[in-house]
Amino acid sequence: MATETHHIHGRIGQSIKRIEDARFLRGKGNYLDDFVLPGMLHMAILRSPHAHARIKSIDATAASAMPGVIAVVTGDLMAQHKLAWMPTMSGDTQAVLATDKVRFQGQEVAAVIAESKYLAEDARDAILVDYDVLPAVISPEGAKAAGAPVIRDDKEGQKDNHIYRWEAGNQATTQAAFAAAHKVVRLHSFYPRCHPAPLETCGCIADVNPATGKATIYMTSQAPHAIRTVFALVTGLPEQQIRVISPDIGGGFGNKVPVYPGYVVATAASLLIGRPVKWVEDRNENLISTGFARDYYMTGDLAVDKNGKMLALRVHLDSDNGAFFSDAQPSKFKAGLFHIVTGSYDIPTAHVTADGYYTNKAPGGVAFRCSFRVTEASYLIERLVTNAALELGIDQAEFRMRNFIKPEQFPYTSATGWVYDSGDYPRAMKVALDKLGYDDLRKDVEARRKKGEVTGIGIASFTEVVGAGHGAEFDILGLRMFDSAELRVHPTGKAMLRMGVKSQGQGHETTFAQIVTEELGIPATDIAVEEGDTDTAPYGLGTYASRSTPVAGAATAMVSRKIRDKARKIASHLLEAAEEDLEWEVGKFYVKGSPDRAKTIQEIAFAAYTNLPEGMEAGLEGVHYYDPPNMTYPFGTYAVVVDIDKGTGQVKVRRMVAVDDCGVRINPMIVEGQIHGGLTEGFGIAFMELITFDSEGNCIGSNFMDYLLPTAWETPRFELGETTTPSPHHPLGAKGVGESATVGSPAAYVNAVIDALSPYGITNIDMPVGPDKVWAALRSKGVTE
Amino acid sequence: MNSKSPNLVGLARKVAMTVNGAERGGDVEPRVLLVDFLRTNLRETGTHVGCDTTSCGACTVLLDGEPVKSCTLLAVQVNGRSITTVEGLAQGGTLSPIQAGFHEEHGLQCGFCTPGMMLVGTALLKRNPHPTEDDIRWAISGNICRCTGYMNIVKSIQYAAKATAEAAAKPPVGVGAAAGGE
Repeated sequence: MATETHHIHGRIGQSIKRIEDARFLRGKGNYLDDFVLPGMLHMAILRSPHAHARIKSIDATAASAMPGVIAVVTGDLMAQHKLAWMPTMSGDTQAVLATDKVRFQGQEVAAVIAESKYLAEDARDAILVDYDVLPAVISPEGAKAAGAPVIRDDKEGQKDNHIYRWEAGNQATTQAAFAAAHKVVRLHSFYPRCHPAPLETCGCIADVNPATGKATIYMTSQAPHAIRTVFALVTGLPEQQIRVISPDIGGGFGNKVPVYPGYVVATAASLLIGRPVKWVEDRNENLISTGFARDYYMTGDLAVDKNGKMLALRVHLDSDNGAFFSDAQPSKFKAGLFHIVTGSYDIPTAHVTADGYYTNKAPGGVAFRCSFRVTEASYLIERLVTNAALELGIDQAEFRMRNFIKPEQFPYTSATGWVYDSGDYPRAMKVALDKLGYDDLRKDVEARRKKGEVTGIGIASFTEVVGAGHGAEFDILGLRMFDSAELRVHPTGKAMLRMGVKSQGQGHETTFAQIVTEELGIPATDIAVEEGDTDTAPYGLGTYASRSTPVAGAATAMVSRKIRDKARKIASHLLEAAEEDLEWEVGKFYVKGSPDRAKTIQEIAFAAYTNLPEGMEAGLEGVHYYDPPNMTYPFGTYAVVVDIDKGTGQVKVRRMVAVDDCGVRINPMIVEGQIHGGLTEGFGIAFMELITFDSEGNCIGSNFMDYLLPTAWETPRFELGETTTPSPHHPLGAKGVGESATVGSPAAYVNAVIDALSPYGITNIDMPVGPDKVWAALRSKGVTE
Repeated sequence: MNSKSPNLVGLARKVAMTVNGAERGGDVEPRVLLVDFLRTNLRETGTHVGCDTTSCGACTVLLDGEPVKSCTLLAVQVNGRSITTVEGLAQGGTLSPIQAGFHEEHGLQCGFCTPGMMLVGTALLKRNPHPTEDDIRWAISGNICRCTGYMNIVKSIQYAAKATAEAAAKPPVGVGAAAGGE
């Protein structure tokens, strides 16, 4: 028996340093804007200054005559090619370049193609557009109002601004439970519009070869294959003639999932002109026109019995979807996966209703670092639970413990139909409370309050639902949400792994190499991971909704196992032993009882090209398309301590403890990095980040001076903890982690503020919880310095 | 090396500067931003553009050793001065202590803010070789990172400070323990 385990670099659980760092550390990453193609032109987009206006005329005469200008593209020109409108991922249509009306400030109206970026922008500013300004609608309330202007008068039969009505759960049983409840706790909560704001903006270079007709489109896309298929459907180009290349991406967070009009215009321009066309947004364009997040007005009612046991949950939400319903989400679900809203709690019955509305705001509700509206759901239930605990006079932690789904209830079917794969919520809570020193801290809070300090503790025990598919339930425009991995082991034992997903900083080149290391014993540094080129990578749905490790990571394990099966046959040939007499130890096969009679994976790889058993196909490679049997359900407990300055309303986060359970961790260092990042984006959302609008529909929050992002100075220091409850259906037991912290943390931060303010009778402040709102809330209760 | 600016119309000025130790120059319009000159004319694309409003720091370079945001300087303003970009940090094949720190402490994810962060860290350690955590957080507070949450960036700069101090404390080759130090 081979007992001596030789060290192989990069197995699962090792925090190896990232393979992709080498180029980024030297400034040698290749982001979209770094590419220069021969003969490349530059595009600048003219955007609407108005939120709602009819276009009377567009005069591009002067612009067309300016130096270096090759073309000015308008909606009329696009319409001649049937490209003035495009389909959206939610079954609606969206204007590519406006022809009739503009429907939000920042909407694409015309584009200039010129020899340089500077010249394109010069000419853009010389285009004259005559608008007839219309009243703007900036909220669902405004959209519903009698006499509200109909925004989508382009759509036949659309008589108002209502988009959809959607529901989940059981209305009758929920009503009955409420009728019998001891107490009902209600929370109105507005989760405001925010923006993923990756540091790199969106852009593309479209290069349509005039001789072959092949369109090569370099694009900041989290989902290059899906984009290729969408482009084929929108433009009518044959799909083999479209190649999408997603190069290095400077952060995505959901912002780089949708198809934006700029991509379509640049491609059309390249086709018409016969030269490559580059379009890169500036920050203002990114914030005012591309995929925003949230903008949900939610009302939650929680029914409890006299023992503090939850009986039923009822939620209604109004969604502000902007001018076009272009949410990037699975086709079947109009409000994403919001119906995970029962969260970590064993609530016997629930009923969820949602209405979507058009407004004169940017379209494209994306899942900003979350799995399709899971963040909104998690926020509502966790805020509601804390408010209920405060109202009932039960400790927040105790109230949660009393109502958690118990470990022995898994797999657990929720009141809205989700089948939770696994979990141990009390354990994560206990680890968090111990780390925090909760009991002592509670006493400390009481003591400080007696001295007049405003301080509190917030808890959130979130459950996510990530890793879509399976494909029968989850699809994007009909494309089943599987994902893929293709592995080639070369004769020298080195390997190339190609994926259908696309990293935007998550460290795929390291994490997925480690999965191959674990399964085949090839050191991680001997494996090149390649993503993003649709001409070479196997088809996949892309990276968002924390699905890369749950889906593509599983595909990687499965393809490695296929290769191991073939390797066993080759080893059997080389060792002249029957297959069933061979044992696998990571990195080699050996003959049972004779550990010295062994062949390493490298020797087997060489033999796959040089010395095969009779009749076997040469080579050692494979591909696997993995359609998961279920979603995965990462969870955790986050706890926050805040101190509030009564004089200024300033909230200071004194401590932030985050205990995550994402199943098996492939590279713990990378996992913790993901959690740090998510906790920071959650902090930004809770306290700083806001896209809002004035009554005319002008976007406030259109640059980084108005849209506030956390810097190193404000951001708290995080204390991390973990538990491990492996997913029972994932081949490695992993669950995905990229978004947990953004999903779970906003409620923890805000719950701490509300806990601190609860002695004064303050029960809610909507995010972002800025000092102005806290100050006003305290003053409204007569609290002064 | 001179290169003709693709942005050139009308009045052009000659500029010359030292970039990462080499003499570089070109003809540019007065309105051309330093970051565009570096990226477009000189093809040094490690310096990134994140916001255009001096807010995010992705375009940070060192101007005569001090961090500046190259989206808010004109190329003509730095005529005759010395610029260091991320491409100038490694010496030959050897990473600088800051670069090594970012690798060892997982101080980068998508890599877009990383050049600016590393240059600010480099300038900080030159000025203050033993910074406190607050010193580091204050120094990088003009640079936004959306991925890391800053904790590992702080550790990366601390790693570099420690590595630099240890290297300085090492006795020169051939001199014994008598040279002292920690």
